[in-house]
Amino acid sequence: MLKSFRIGGIHPKENKLSAGMAIQSIALPAQVVIPLSQHIGAPCQPIVKKGDKVKVGTLIGKSVGFVSAQIHSSVSGTVLKIDKAMDASGYKRDAVFINVEEDIWEEQIDRSEALVTECNLSAKEILEKIAAAGIVGMGGATFPTHVKLTPPPGMKAEVLIINGVECEPYLTSDHQLMMEKSDEILVGITLVMKALNVQRAIVGIENNKKDAVALFTKKVKAYPGIEVQPLKVQYPQGGEKQLIDALTGRQVPSGALPISVGAVVQNVGTLFAIYEAVQKNKPLIERVVTVTGKEVQRPCNLRARIGTPLTTLIDAAGGIPESTGKVISGGPMMGKALASIDIPVAKGTSGILIVPTLEAKRKAMKDCIRCGKCVQVCPMGLNPTLLMNLTEYEVWDRAEKNAITDCIECGSCSYTCPADRPLLDYIRLGKGKVNGIIRARKN
Amino acid sequence: MEQKLIVSPSPHVHSGDTIPKNMYAVLIALIPAFLVALYTFRLDALLITALSVLFCVGFEYLIVRFVMKKEPSILDGSAIITGVLLAFNVPSGLPIWILALGALFAIGVVKLTFGGLGNNIFNPAIAGRIFLLISFPAQMTNWPSTAMAVETTDAVSSATVLGLLKQAPEALPNLQQMFLGLEPGSLGEMSAAALLLGLVYLLCKRVITWHIPVSILVTVALFTGILFLIDPLPQYNPLIHLFSGGLMLGAIFMATDYVTSPLTKKGMIIFGAGIGFVTVAIRLWGAYPEGISFAILLMNAFTPLINTYTTPKRFGEAVKHG
Repeated sequence: MLKSFRIGGIHPKENKLSAGMAIQSIALPAQVVIPLSQHIGAPCQPIVKKGDKVKVGTLIGKSVGFVSAQIHSSVSGTVLKIDKAMDASGYKRDAVFINVEEDIWEEQIDRSEALVTECNLSAKEILEKIAAAGIVGMGGATFPTHVKLTPPPGMKAEVLIINGVECEPYLTSDHQLMMEKSDEILVGITLVMKALNVQRAIVGIENNKKDAVALFTKKVKAYPGIEVQPLKVQYPQGGEKQLIDALTGRQVPSGALPISVGAVVQNVGTLFAIYEAVQKNKPLIERVVTVTGKEVQRPCNLRARIGTPLTTLIDAAGGIPESTGKVISGGPMMGKALASIDIPVAKGTSGILIVPTLEAKRKAMKDCIRCGKCVQVCPMGLNPTLLMNLTEYEVWDRAEKNAITDCIECGSCSYTCPADRPLLDYIRLGKGKVNGIIRARKN
Repeated sequence: MEQKLIVSPSPHVHSGDTIPKNMYAVLIALIPAFLVALYTFRLDALLITALSVLFCVGFEYLIVRFVMKKEPSILDGSAIITGVLLAFNVPSGLPIWILALGALFAIGVVKLTFGGLGNNIFNPAIAGRIFLLISFPAQMTNWPSTAMAVETTDAVSSATVLGLLKQAPEALPNLQQMFLGLEPGSLGEMSAAALLLGLVYLLCKRVITWHIPVSILVTVALFTGILFLIDPLPQYNPLIHLFSGGLMLGAIFMATDYVTSPLTKKGMIIFGAGIGFVTVAIRLWGAYPEGISFAILLMNAFTPLINTYTTPKRFGEAVKHG
């Protein structure tokens, strides 16, 4: 029996159309738009102005506050303007527009392909380099990585969990990165183990990526303290709390952080970025993006500079199909539907999923038949139909008592509902409301 | 790109599960029991079942369209199930006008006055059966002998196993006959084997979980088993209780009705145990020989309360980290 999390879960069609497609770098665009807010936390302050010359890796946005991440130029050229530009959220936010001229990199960046395994830096120095490189959680959450790797006072990490699960249907960017950059990822793991001062790391990989499981099982032999664990193909295996449960048997209590059970989770993409930052002095200026969809001509995995227009990536996959009804940033379970494709690639853009109109429309909701299927699949052990009703009737005290704030918004409830009820829409709304009430009570 | 993109919150995919899919799966699971009824009661079984479905679907259509003035959704399959289950719960020779009254009560009163599918408190077919049993006790307990029995005796009507348990325990048929469904009884309740086949189908198709049927059957077996150990009389024999009357039909197809049973696993087990307990109590000490319908109806009433007091096992609740 493969390991898995113990409560709920679903198995949507995997549709990994771009599996096995080698990562291709796409040509530099004529202009990039680099948003100053690509992470959870305070937006960056721009430190360049119109007319400034920048190189690849030049700092252009300085983080303000603890929870924030630096932003670097992903191209060389001239700053055109600092203006509002729409991002994946659909809002217009500050961004740096840069006209691309040549491809000149900052001198300290090591652009060679040679693997650097040695690292003589202290834990503190590693963390500083991660912070300086502007690294955020690359799985899509975009939480600043140096903050996540700094346990609160009195807490100590015991085990590093590496998320190589990629449980979202369609997405293959992590899978392909694991196949092509396994050594870099493993060195990245040793760096984070050092930064956290932990002796043990477990790489969790869903068993639909048998080649990655085999490759890592072979390679970890050279890295003491690192284990590989194949996991059952079950969504949301890559949810932070679910993954810790599956790999360690420990369950993070309601409202607590993973560190409360001694675990820190990092995505494989983030570990690759950490390797590049610490060993190669390379800030986070590019990432792997899966461009996929049933009607897409060439589903593929692309390496794109941050700030590249999505349209450039979509063109590289064969252009936007006629039938398109919806474009999603991320996977179909938790990704965001975009209001426009005229937005740039950001640090959290793991995939672009193009959905035909026929599949993009929701069906009308019917009355709840109380089948309890949403209760069965909820990986947090909640009662989604109750939470939806409590939100609908604004019964906030009972919603709080029924742990609405535990919801991880994985969407398993809405996915499963035979009456097409938009359970998560309501729960998301109620969760925001209840979180607000809790905050107000504390103040 | 010219056309506007559709923007909606995640998730952007759906399992494809629908209410009709679940309802039609239940109907498929009822086929083995229907075949046994056809074999035993011949054309009577077909007539009663077909008319019952026609009445239920027809009343639902007419009431929703002309009284509630809404768009009827009779194709969701729920009224068909009520029709089949009502037919399975009556004797094969029931006068048609009584059957029509039962269908009207089940659909018109029990289901639609509460707002239709999803909103009713009581299982329509069960409530319909009880309404008929109380209103027409003679016709509702006039059990024709089975085709098998007709060949050996000349009787036109005979007692059910549970009836015999109360009146003449010495005349009981053997267990194998009961398991296969060759003893007298309501249309579709007789063959435990056929009904269990339906259960396996429903479990495989994940239409229902094991919690309700198993907790009912286990409770009945335990309760009667303990009594049987104390005093080994035939009326306490747990096997007879398991394979007779409407227990299997009730446990597998009526108690598991989504709308009127609890949401959580814990709740389902409490619900099932309650049904098992009340069923045995009525069978042994009540005025009626069979108690499963009353037990389900009673526990239907407790479902909202059970839902209020049982929560699913939450993540992080059960496990202490070490």
